Amino acid sequence: MNFSEVIQQLVNGISLGSLYGLVAIGYTMVYGVLRLINFAHGDIMMVGTYMAFFGVSAFLLPWWASFIFAMVLAALLGVVIDKVAYKPLRSASRISSLITAIGVSFLLENLFLVLFGGVPKAFPIPKLFAGSLNIGGVILPFVSIFAPVLGIVFLLILLQLLHHTKYGMAMRALSLDIETTRIMGVNVDAVISLVFAIGSALAAAGGILWSLKYPSINPLMGILPGLKAFAAAVLGGIGDVTGAAIGGFIIGVSEILIVAIFPELAGYKDAFAFLLLILVLLFKPTGIMGKDLGGRF
Amino acid sequence: MRFFGRLMFVLTVLLFAGLASSSSFAKAVKVGVVLPMTGPIASFGQSDWKGIKIAASLKPTVLNGRKLKLILLDNKGDKVETANAVSRLIFKNKVSAVIGAVASGNTLSGAPIAEKAHVPMVTPASTNPLVTKGKKFISRVCFIDPFQGKVAAKYVYNNLHARTAAVIVDMAQDYSVGLARFFIKAFKKMGGKIVGNTFIQTGDQDFSAQIAVVKAHHPDVIYMPTYYQELALFARQARQFGLKQTIMAGDGASEEALIKVGGKAVEGLSFTNHFDPKAAVTPLGKKFVKLYRAKYHEDPSAMAALGADAYFVVANAINRAGSTNRIKINKAIRATKGFKGVTGIITLVNGDPVKSAVIQKVKDGKFVYVTTVNP
Amino acid sequence: MNKKRNSLLTIASIVALFLFLWYASAHFNKYSIRILNDIAIFMMLAVSYNLINGVTGQFSLEPNGFTAIGAYVSSLLTLTAAQKHAMFIIVPMIHPLDTLHLPFLAALIVGGLVTALVGFILAFPVFRVRGDYLAIVTLGFGLVIRVFSNNAISVTNGPLGLKGIGAYTNLWWSWGWAVFSLIVIMRLVNSGYGRAMKAIRDDEDAAIAMGINSFKIKMIAFVTSAFFEGVAGGLLAHLITTISPTLFTFFLTFNLLIIIVVGGLGSMTGTVIATVMVVWGSELLRVVDQPMHLFSFTIPGVPGMRMILFSVLLIVIMLFAREGIMGQKEFSWNGFLNFLRHRKQK
Repeated sequence: MNFSEVIQQLVNGISLGSLYGLVAIGYTMVYGVLRLINFAHGDIMMVGTYMAFFGVSAFLLPWWASFIFAMVLAALLGVVIDKVAYKPLRSASRISSLITAIGVSFLLENLFLVLFGGVPKAFPIPKLFAGSLNIGGVILPFVSIFAPVLGIVFLLILLQLLHHTKYGMAMRALSLDIETTRIMGVNVDAVISLVFAIGSALAAAGGILWSLKYPSINPLMGILPGLKAFAAAVLGGIGDVTGAAIGGFIIGVSEILIVAIFPELAGYKDAFAFLLLILVLLFKPTGIMGKDLGGRF
Repeated sequence: MRFFGRLMFVLTVLLFAGLASSSSFAKAVKVGVVLPMTGPIASFGQSDWKGIKIAASLKPTVLNGRKLKLILLDNKGDKVETANAVSRLIFKNKVSAVIGAVASGNTLSGAPIAEKAHVPMVTPASTNPLVTKGKKFISRVCFIDPFQGKVAAKYVYNNLHARTAAVIVDMAQDYSVGLARFFIKAFKKMGGKIVGNTFIQTGDQDFSAQIAVVKAHHPDVIYMPTYYQELALFARQARQFGLKQTIMAGDGASEEALIKVGGKAVEGLSFTNHFDPKAAVTPLGKKFVKLYRAKYHEDPSAMAALGADAYFVVANAINRAGSTNRIKINKAIRATKGFKGVTGIITLVNGDPVKSAVIQKVKDGKFVYVTTVNP
Repeated sequence: MNKKRNSLLTIASIVALFLFLWYASAHFNKYSIRILNDIAIFMMLAVSYNLINGVTGQFSLEPNGFTAIGAYVSSLLTLTAAQKHAMFIIVPMIHPLDTLHLPFLAALIVGGLVTALVGFILAFPVFRVRGDYLAIVTLGFGLVIRVFSNNAISVTNGPLGLKGIGAYTNLWWSWGWAVFSLIVIMRLVNSGYGRAMKAIRDDEDAAIAMGINSFKIKMIAFVTSAFFEGVAGGLLAHLITTISPTLFTFFLTFNLLIIIVVGGLGSMTGTVIATVMVVWGSELLRVVDQPMHLFSFTIPGVPGMRMILFSVLLIVIMLFAREGIMGQKEFSWNGFLNFLRHRKQK
């Protein structure tokens, strides 16, 4: 591989990684607060993408409006799922809510399969993102630039929210101890809802960017990216927002590079994120950015 | 609350059990259909089913007015479920014939049951040679992979004048692996050279690494016998990264979604297929296409057409057998000769059809007919 | 006295079961026999799965991986050299494996042992983590096994899978193994090891403080469960006669999860009841995929409805009937007889 090919693959990896990162942030936030792996998170991403699809194709909204429309609906869905399926189980063992989460995930997938069919739909791409730049042989599709930029913008906004607002402080407090936070007079349920809303909205954003890059959407599209994003979240130290984003980049870049350097290993690509995950858990269970089990975010 | 939950569950099960046993259908001739309606390959099952439904509305009765009743079971694209479903259709529903399944692997898990019970089974779309090999009761209406691979190789060599080809195989589909293998064999035999053999997996969305490999080998043509979703995404990225070679594919490309997803990038993509809705040669094919368009506002895919053909072949055989006796029906199916179906003129030899393939091409955002290749 | 009576009752009911099977194999239609076979195999899988998930409390999601290993190993061993030679068309099979051939029972046991060995090795990394991490790592393991079976073509024949496997599994094999595994696992649960497993489930730190070697106990549960899941995989392969990587997706694990949740996490007899309900019920529920005639109304069939109902069922049980049918309790003859007596007195 020559220099421009290396750069090319790096660019591809970074843009893929930023998508994993966006989805991973939602995982990590929910886990940080509730210690719950929200199995349905990848499917919320799928639902968000479908909403954007309908926004553009059925309601004829401009694409930016569909983008926001989808994020809002996904946020609502996240909150509803929490209220219906997870909240009644807060006092039960954590495994109970994990099983429910698996149920919710299967429900969303099969519901969408029955409602909209298994044939993939073509995600409409606005003209703005259709083109690409060519810099010295390295080809930069606009989406590949836009995705990481938007990802970093979202991350900065989120960090601002977490560290400089009342709600952010409440979230950070929740991740330390829910009961104590409740005693301190914080409306715990409202804050948890907010966490689900933000995480789900970001998943939808990730899903939409994903579909701008790979414009074919189907009801099962959330499964694999969801699992890999989770691996990214653990890799970055689960509960840590910045870590999740970095974990996403690492998984995205290494996945692309491995296939580029060893094309014969292409078939093993999907196993790679998990092998990496197992290794991390073996040698540094708290992840790259993870501190001790106390402070999160 | 706990008790309530349990009670609800038991009641639900009982309700459905009651429903299951109470329904009986007098006089209708029953034909079972096993298709993946959910699960990872649901899109193919759903397409097949659309075609079968249109076919059933065109020819709802057999044996002078007896209704042909279809019993559809979902196999979720799963082998255990396929075996259960075929078994249920044969021994519980007592169907006269079974139509299904889609993926060759699934059909193979249901086939031994039908074979042993002497019930005819017609698969619309399992192209693997093993499906009918050595079987007396399993037939199909689609051509098989060795033929399709050869047709593709001939077209690429003679019409596209390609001498080197890069092959991209979907390692998770026996369909793709088999087809690639037959293409390579035929292409080499003609004097062509395979450069850059790379792999993908169903569900992959990023192909930048494979594109880099193909680019490095400068092939004349890219042969990619995968399903339309991977094909469309690959084409998009390939064009974006400056890969300009013609892409040749198999019948897995035949789905409107290829063009919807692929957009401009799939312009010029050619593929071997079972039938072309715009070049339907038989009266039945023309009628089918017209009805299909009226109902679904799109062209039928090859999957839908094959589903319809499976239905027509079975219905036709029941009429020729003149009874609902399974062995007689099977004999009639296997003796199908010169039947003017939707996808062409079908003659079955040992359960495999001898029929022509078409080459299609994407042009101006539409599938257009290029040529017909006879066996 | 009671003990003796109870074992007599147990033996009697096993005899009754096999009498029933003997009757079934002669008089039932093949569809019903197939469902009976499915029930036995899924019972074996679910009971083993419940040992690690319910009894030991280690929520893991690996059975699809273990089942795959057992299915592949035993099928490769019962296939003849000639069959394998004809089947491996992409890459020839690697050497010693291509000529190895064993009878069915030996192949099943080897399949189980290989799976147990993989479980033994896997236990070292996975039991470094607890709780939800364990779930995700074992889920990843299932995925890795599937990716491996797709790509290690010289061993597994890749996506083409194995075809023409001998249809050796019949009611005697499947139910024989199911009863055997149930007895072994029940005895294990009721032994000192079983009490240690439950102690770990209830409070791992406290159990360790009491001097329980938690790693060793978890290992015993994991390896036992791996062995039986491997054997069950072999039985499954020889029932459906063709296997490929797509058979062993997360979906298989999802089915087993529903079964053990319905039956009660930690209850073996609950699992047995739930297996019958879920496997049989899933066949009954096929009617919702088809048009229904209910009180002269016709409800159009929605293919795929069954899966939605199953997902909803899982959520509803977790929300409203979390203990499932049996909770953590077991069926016991004493309880059953007391129940009967109680009713008579009324």
